[in-house]
Amino acid sequence: MSAVTPDAVHGHDHGHDGHDHDHHMPTGWRRWMTATNHKDIGTLYLFFSFIMFLTGGVLALTIRAELFQPGLQIVRPEFFNQLTTMHGLIMVFGAIMPAFVGFANWMIPLMIGAPDMAFARMNNWSFWLLPPAALLLVSSFFVPGGASAAGWTLYAPLSLQMGMGMDMTIFAVHIMGASSIMGAINIVVTILNMRAPGMTLMKMPMFAWTWLITAYLLIAVMPVLAGAVTMLLTDRHFGTSFFNAAGGGDPVLYQHVFWFFGHPEVYIMILPAFGIVSQIVPAFARKPLFGYASMVYATASIAILSFVVWAHHMFTTGMPAVTQIAFMYMTMLIAVPTGVKVFNWIATMWRGSMTFETPMLFAVGFIFVFTMGGFTGLMLAIAPADIQYQDTYFVVAHFHYVLVAGSLFALFAGTYYWIPKWTGHMYDEKLGKRHFWLSMISFNVTFFPMHFLGLAGMPRRIPDYNPFFTDFNQLATVGAFGFGLSQVFFFYIVLKCIKGGPKAADKPWDGAEGLEWTVPSPAPFHTFEVPPVFEAPAGHGH
Amino acid sequence: MKRENRTLRVKLLIAACVMFGFGFALIPFYKTICEVAGLNNLLRADKGVSNSQIDTSRMVMVQFDANTRNLAWRFKPLQASVNVHPGQMVRVDYEVENTLDRAVTGQAIPSYTPMVAERHVQKLECFCFRQQTFAAHEKRVMPVVFTVDSDLPTEVPVFTLSYTFFEVAGTQK
Amino acid sequence: MKKTVVRTASLIGVVLAMAPAFALDGQYNFQHPVTHLAEDIFGLHMLMFWICVVIFVAVFGVMFYSVFAHRKSKGAVAATFHESTTVEILWTIVPVVILLGMAWPATKTVLAMKDTSNPEITIKATGYQWKWGYDYMQGEGQGISFLSTLSTPRAQIDQGEWKGDNYLLEVDNEVVVPIGKKVRVLLTAQDVIHAWWVPAFGVKQDAIPGFIRDVWFKAEKEGVFRGNCAELCGKDHGFMPIVVRVVSQQAYTEWVAAKAAPPAAASAPATTDKAAPSAASEPKPAAASAS
Ligand code: HEM
Ligand SMILES: [Cu+2]
Ligand SMILES: [Cu+2]
Repeated sequence: MSAVTPDAVHGHDHGHDGHDHDHHMPTGWRRWMTATNHKDIGTLYLFFSFIMFLTGGVLALTIRAELFQPGLQIVRPEFFNQLTTMHGLIMVFGAIMPAFVGFANWMIPLMIGAPDMAFARMNNWSFWLLPPAALLLVSSFFVPGGASAAGWTLYAPLSLQMGMGMDMTIFAVHIMGASSIMGAINIVVTILNMRAPGMTLMKMPMFAWTWLITAYLLIAVMPVLAGAVTMLLTDRHFGTSFFNAAGGGDPVLYQHVFWFFGHPEVYIMILPAFGIVSQIVPAFARKPLFGYASMVYATASIAILSFVVWAHHMFTTGMPAVTQIAFMYMTMLIAVPTGVKVFNWIATMWRGSMTFETPMLFAVGFIFVFTMGGFTGLMLAIAPADIQYQDTYFVVAHFHYVLVAGSLFALFAGTYYWIPKWTGHMYDEKLGKRHFWLSMISFNVTFFPMHFLGLAGMPRRIPDYNPFFTDFNQLATVGAFGFGLSQVFFFYIVLKCIKGGPKAADKPWDGAEGLEWTVPSPAPFHTFEVPPVFEAPAGHGH
Repeated sequence: MKRENRTLRVKLLIAACVMFGFGFALIPFYKTICEVAGLNNLLRADKGVSNSQIDTSRMVMVQFDANTRNLAWRFKPLQASVNVHPGQMVRVDYEVENTLDRAVTGQAIPSYTPMVAERHVQKLECFCFRQQTFAAHEKRVMPVVFTVDSDLPTEVPVFTLSYTFFEVAGTQK
Repeated sequence: MKKTVVRTASLIGVVLAMAPAFALDGQYNFQHPVTHLAEDIFGLHMLMFWICVVIFVAVFGVMFYSVFAHRKSKGAVAATFHESTTVEILWTIVPVVILLGMAWPATKTVLAMKDTSNPEITIKATGYQWKWGYDYMQGEGQGISFLSTLSTPRAQIDQGEWKGDNYLLEVDNEVVVPIGKKVRVLLTAQDVIHAWWVPAFGVKQDAIPGFIRDVWFKAEKEGVFRGNCAELCGKDHGFMPIVVRVVSQQAYTEWVAAKAAPPAAASAPATTDKAAPSAASEPKPAAASAS
């Protein structure tokens, strides 16, 4: 990443075709503050999200430490609720989402043969909004009353009771929302307008497709979230009663608005992961992606369906039977396109010539464990059963299977896959494999027992529990610390790769396809200033 | 270039002012929408009995419930439930007593379960139509007059009408 | 590569070994159902579970076969096929059919859960930060009302004192209901949203301030059934359990009589009630303190 120095690439023979920087590229911190290059900004996003990932991880480990045994040992209940709330918010808005935007920044221009993102300055702005937002979130722990403790869902009226930590959270959500919207617009415009000649939409790499659809989801739902938290803000300070029955409002309205954002949001966090896996599996199976067109249609239908299932998070609020049944059917329907994707990946592997370098291990691991989260999702879709699962550890298990084993494992897979292009070095394959196995095993040790805990009746978001639940909680805590350490190990592997390592070939993976492998490794500061000639690889389009 | 910047600045300033003003324009705007769409009309009397035919073929049990929120009032229905024929006009009384040493203004909010019942109850008179002010230790009996529509689904032989009294802003945090 | 294979295989072994345990009762699965509805829900849950297991085995059987058989190290040569309309249509249609099979029983159960008509007893449960209030609104016992608060001693929670079997699942005043009677529970809350959850009854319903909702159950077994608040409601969300004691009709009648008599004369078979206020249907002992 830092291997890409501006001076090294800002040679004399580059044209001045409309780049918005002059010959005196700033260096040091100025380079990053004023960055408009998609690679620099991608790097910033990736480092930022990793820092937030570690921050959220520390909070999670504190939670797990408290839950190691019954009774209150380490934290007080009020602080415990702050920890769960901030863990959720930081992981969702600080770690997973920015990490995918980082991948989009780095890879989309390289994959579609564009010289940069469409709006380079807005790109800078959308990144630099994030650190202040993160600072607001983290520092809210230190204000009177502490951080907000109403859960990452910020349900009213509980969120109306909080202290100023809540206002800081609301402000942070506004800022991060603005950042996401700008990032999304940038991606849409880049993909629609800046593809290499010959690259029609149906010949685009899957990662670009999934991000295009994700970006539309972001543009559609981030304003809804902003609206929801703005209503909280005015209810808190300006005398409105959107969510207060006394003034003619309704607390359940908040949940409708939140989940109208919230369910598409979970797909915002998984669709780019689908894209990454769809790049990696064909590369290591040495065989074109099976069912490219149906992948695109499946992604699009998931995105559309995700707008009409939100009330499956609200089955216990007591809605009329018809509503409940309608939302149950729509939710079950989402399993169909999701299944199509899984089947396509497996068909891609089928009769391939597979090797299992770290990216492939994580991709196959992703398919395996993510699908388990899909199965619990299907169980949760069944309204009468969901009413029993809802707000228990079963739900905690579900969303960690889809978010950690899903989104996060795909991010790891993508990192190992593209890091040779980013740094010009190969990572240490032995350590990478070790990271995979450590993550895979400790992940399952942490989260698999949570299914049992939830079924047996342990509610979520509680700091203390009946001794009946002790065994599985201890197992989960041990696993969680193992998982946390494995990620420190990952950081070491990445740093080692940035510092040095075997020189990476331009195309280090013999089965890989795509324009990103036609540029040198490390990718020079400016690429594709002249649009490349694109020839569709076999299996893309017809 | 400088000139362009200046015009842009002016345009942006105007845009900001318009957006700010738009926030205030939303108040009458939403009011009109609510009126047209019939939203948030909990507090108004219903149009009246559309179908005055009394359906003597079945009985519906209406249960009454009363709650107060952060308000030291004693509030209870004088009867737990009534059995009525759809279409029949009913009057029930609630007793309210302010236990505080000061005057308090409250507002009652109705709620129904199962929720479908809400659409099939016509309230002709209700203490919930306006704010109620009680002098210190005042005690009053207040009526609700309503009919149950004859098109209430037959799957709902019992429903609950619940009121919650809230203190109207001021003394409350 | 060989080592990887061994490790993958042992991982699958561990997961599969855990699968049968998943189907057992007790620590691994739902509490034993004591209402017909809870039984239906348990049935749905197990149906879904087994369907998922079958699909899981089928899909990942294929995947892991491929992972082991179609390796470059084994000399596998990549095929070039990349689509098949027949297969793709098939694996869209088949899941839809399976889903229809699931939707049918699920719909029936939803409708049964929503049928709160003709209750024999109606009880209102009010969520407070952080306790429950109960008012017997109608049927035998009408007029009874009390608050129900966690009775686990603080020393067990904070000071690591020995913890009983019902740690955090015990209250001072239990809800008492007769066996085999349809009980309708109305729910509302004082301050924020809470949720009233008794797993053995298959009942969970949010209690929403300013609004009223209802659920029902008809217990088929005597005993004490315990649950928790199931919606984050602030600091002591984990410390406001729900305890329902199901007793015989006769014991219930006695309990009602004891409740109706002045508290001093109480000889309750099931529970004691320190906080019984007057017979007024609106007890508000907690309202002032919670504001
Ligand atoms: C087969 C597809 C899926 C189905 C049918 C499904 C269904 C559900 C349902 C019904 C719930 C509500 C559970 C409850 O609270 O009672 C839920 C919760 C959740 N799901 Fe999924 N889900 C699916 C995939 C995903 C994916 C891909 C993600 C994210 C990457 C995800 C993330 C979440 C999260 C974060 C929650 C918990 C939200 C909260 O309460 O805080 N799900 N899911
Ligand atoms: Cu959802
Ligand atoms: Cu709670």
